Amino acid sequence: MNHEAPLLNDAFGISWLDFNLANVLMIIVSSVVVFVFCVWASRKLQMKPTGFQNFMEWLVEFVKGIVNDTMDWKTGKVFLPLGLTLLLYIFVSNMLGVMTNGVVGHDLWWKSPTADATLTLTLSATVIILTHFYGIKLQGSKHYFKTFVSPVPLMLPFKIIEEFTNTLTLGLRLFGNIYAGEVLLTLLVGMVMAGGLGVVGIIPMVVWQAFSTFIGAIQAYVFVMLTMVYMSHKVSSDH
Amino acid sequence: MQSYVGLMTLSASVGGFRFGDMAVQLIAFIILLILLKKFAWGPLMNMMQKREEYVAGEIEAAEKSRLEAEQASKDAAAELLQVKQEAQKMIENAKNAGVKQEQDIIEAARKEAERIKVQAQADIQNEKEQAIQVLQAQVASLSVLIAGKVIEKEISEKDQEELINTFLKEVGEGR
Repeated sequence: MNHEAPLLNDAFGISWLDFNLANVLMIIVSSVVVFVFCVWASRKLQMKPTGFQNFMEWLVEFVKGIVNDTMDWKTGKVFLPLGLTLLLYIFVSNMLGVMTNGVVGHDLWWKSPTADATLTLTLSATVIILTHFYGIKLQGSKHYFKTFVSPVPLMLPFKIIEEFTNTLTLGLRLFGNIYAGEVLLTLLVGMVMAGGLGVVGIIPMVVWQAFSTFIGAIQAYVFVMLTMVYMSHKVSSDH
Repeated sequence: MQSYVGLMTLSASVGGFRFGDMAVQLIAFIILLILLKKFAWGPLMNMMQKREEYVAGEIEAAEKSRLEAEQASKDAAAELLQVKQEAQKMIENAKNAGVKQEQDIIEAARKEAERIKVQAQADIQNEKEQAIQVLQAQVASLSVLIAGKVIEKEISEKDQEELINTFLKEVGEGR
């Protein structure tokens, strides 16, 4: 656990612009994996779906189900690509860290991008900002501002705080789950690598990897689900 | 707000809190979103929409053709019934015609028989009369002949004359 992050501080001479190059790498890797997989899986679309087209359509139906659970389909249709992309991106990110962790020298290069709070909070902030954007776009600014003071103006501070707590919980839940999984995996790997009796550690490691896979899938689902719930709070007229 | 920033800093410090990463994540995600929407989700959802419409259309067409088939079978049944009735009628007509013809033939035969019978009776009567006439004539001459032969020796010329005259008279009255 005493791996360092490959940091690039003060990039381009800008004092506040710092990069964790491992994050940058893994973001790009995850995005490319998701992109290549999706384009490959939906390259030959047919009326009678075969192979991966079935899987992709199942995914679409799955996210459609999530959207339908939280709002009516007419308003929710817009969010289907967002939900699908979030689901796949987060799932692939989670899986990358479960399958492999790459260390070069003392730096941890290969890991889940979602095991970094900065990135998950960026995602959750993006989502929350999008909910506000669509809230104003679909319901009008008058209705949007009214939601902050309904049912009573006394609710205003709580409503404002809620937005920030939503952002925090959404991002940190994902981060915590994946980060904890990676920490334990790293410990187990270290135990196995230590040799001797530590080799027994391969059994809990396999178990933990299975569990992490499960957690990774669940967290991707939860993230998308909550995204849609927050979205529905903003765009549905009955709220 | 202060506490929020504090929390953010605290939480982010676990992995390090860098604006560069945030920017990369945000940009990468937005690019991914746009690309996937264009290359994967768009075509995929289009195809699903198209299939949905296709299935709906097919169901409609099937429903329509089912109705058509039902109508056709109904029509066929009605036509069959009509044809059967017509056939029945024709058979009945033929039967009636047959019976009538039979009666006609019988009637004609009876008439013919009657006519032949009458003709035969008339012929028979005719023959009979002719025969009687011929017989009468022969009887007359024969009797005259016999009488002549008998009388020849006993009566005189004078008596004979008288007798013949009387006889002739009688015959003439008898006729």
